[in-house]
Amino acid sequence: MRWNNPPVAFVSSTRLAVFFASLAPLILLVHKGLGDALGANPIEKITRTTGWWTLFFLAVTLAVTPARKLAGWPWLGRLRRMLGLFAFFYGLLHFLTYFVLDQFFDWMSIGKDIVKRPYITIGFTAFVLLIPLAATSTDGMIRRLGGKGWRRLHKLVYIIAGAGVLHFAWLVKKDITEPLIFGFAVAALLGWRAVDGLRNARRPALDPTAPLVRARGRPSPPGS
Amino acid sequence: MLIKKASDIRPSEITPSEVFRDRRRWLQLAAGASALALLPRGVAAADKFADLKPGAYRIDEKLTPYESVTTYNNFYEFGTDKEDPAKRAGSLRTRPWAVVVDGAVGKPRTFAIEEILKMAPLEERIYRLRCVEAWSMVVPWVGFPLAELLKRVEPTGSAKFVEFTTLLDPTQMPGQRGTVLDWPYREGLRIDEAMHPLTLLTVGLYGEVLPNQNGAPIRIVVPWKYGFKSAKSIVRIRLTETQPETTWNLAGPKEYGFYSNVNPDVDHPRWSQAKERRIGEFFKRPTLPFNGYAEQVAQLYAGMDLQRYF
Repeated sequence: MRWNNPPVAFVSSTRLAVFFASLAPLILLVHKGLGDALGANPIEKITRTTGWWTLFFLAVTLAVTPARKLAGWPWLGRLRRMLGLFAFFYGLLHFLTYFVLDQFFDWMSIGKDIVKRPYITIGFTAFVLLIPLAATSTDGMIRRLGGKGWRRLHKLVYIIAGAGVLHFAWLVKKDITEPLIFGFAVAALLGWRAVDGLRNARRPALDPTAPLVRARGRPSPPGS
Repeated sequence: MLIKKASDIRPSEITPSEVFRDRRRWLQLAAGASALALLPRGVAAADKFADLKPGAYRIDEKLTPYESVTTYNNFYEFGTDKEDPAKRAGSLRTRPWAVVVDGAVGKPRTFAIEEILKMAPLEERIYRLRCVEAWSMVVPWVGFPLAELLKRVEPTGSAKFVEFTTLLDPTQMPGQRGTVLDWPYREGLRIDEAMHPLTLLTVGLYGEVLPNQNGAPIRIVVPWKYGFKSAKSIVRIRLTETQPETTWNLAGPKEYGFYSNVNPDVDHPRWSQAKERRIGEFFKRPTLPFNGYAEQVAQLYAGMDLQRYF
């Protein structure tokens, strides 16, 4: 098999496998919940788990483009939308856990939290910013926005990932090991883009990765 | 105040020991035969206190299940996850154990744990426990007032504070290999707080020897303060003339004050302290000033600005 251009069936089954693997954290959480195995403080556990996976999927989504370019496997780009939508999906679950399970629609308390608690302010902001990205993930919306506009809008994900890491770092009591790991990962992925951008600007004619041609005539949202 | 007299609580209201014991046995079995063999005698399930007196301070609230009390712990010496202490505290050796009591005292002494256990009648007290992280429990502790021990070393007139130090031994406490806190863990009280009858020198919970993850073999419990004030696995108690440095205060002076009295009106800089989630309950409940012990302790702080001395 040529890894840079595998058969369509391979790409489809990879997408399917990634889809189910991405659902696994939720399935495991529900399974533990039904089995009363979420520990003494289940709401905290659900909040932490959904938040962790949101950051995980944000980082993995940001890793797609560097991986695609470094490996020279253009088809990896076809996983990106799904991974990004999973980041939104877990972020939504995280937000709903806070809103419903933790605060139980206590609007006053939620409002105060958002205004007074920087880690909630920034986490809430990051979630709100994810909404337009999820909403413009369809082919139709990409076409409507045009490649350039779509790309510009979706650069928001850089801010969202940074905000997500800060949100995590600001909420832990003392042990910032995990926020730091996410922080380094996101910094590396964004740093790679900066370097890559500079290199391309210097010798645009030699850029081997310029617009990704889509097999099924899809509008392409390439870029980084 | 809902403090019940000893006679008001029927023995039937307390979770039967067979129930939690059985769960415990399962946990130990699951941990495997080898781990079971390594468990110090001090935590074997057979160690139940024989002649416990129901103490004077027993709140009339539903007890937090034994399993939650012993698997959801902040004890960074064994890791920063709540589940870590229950999983990893097996490496703590609680015998032999001694506590040095010195500083501004007439008769400094080292007490063997066996001696402490016989020093005063052990009583069972049911206290609220409020964590600074906004969750709470109700725990039946076993112990006697710290004042009983302090009296025996005769604090001098210049003793104003009491410092508690936790064991420092990274081989037994793997969390101490990291630098998340400035080890050893130190906490402190003003002398009048330490001598207050509510301040409990604690050696057990649920009628049995303190499990390692809850601060075996000896800890204090100060029920009107956030949980971190109650030092665990204590090896030294030192009376001082000046306010001792305390671990969490060093880690975050703006977030963790020396007093750290439970106070719904003074928020943690990063989160509200107005409400708490009682472990096992869905809805949050309002946090009470001094964790519901205002009647007993508020006068200790008469005239103090509690916003400033948080």
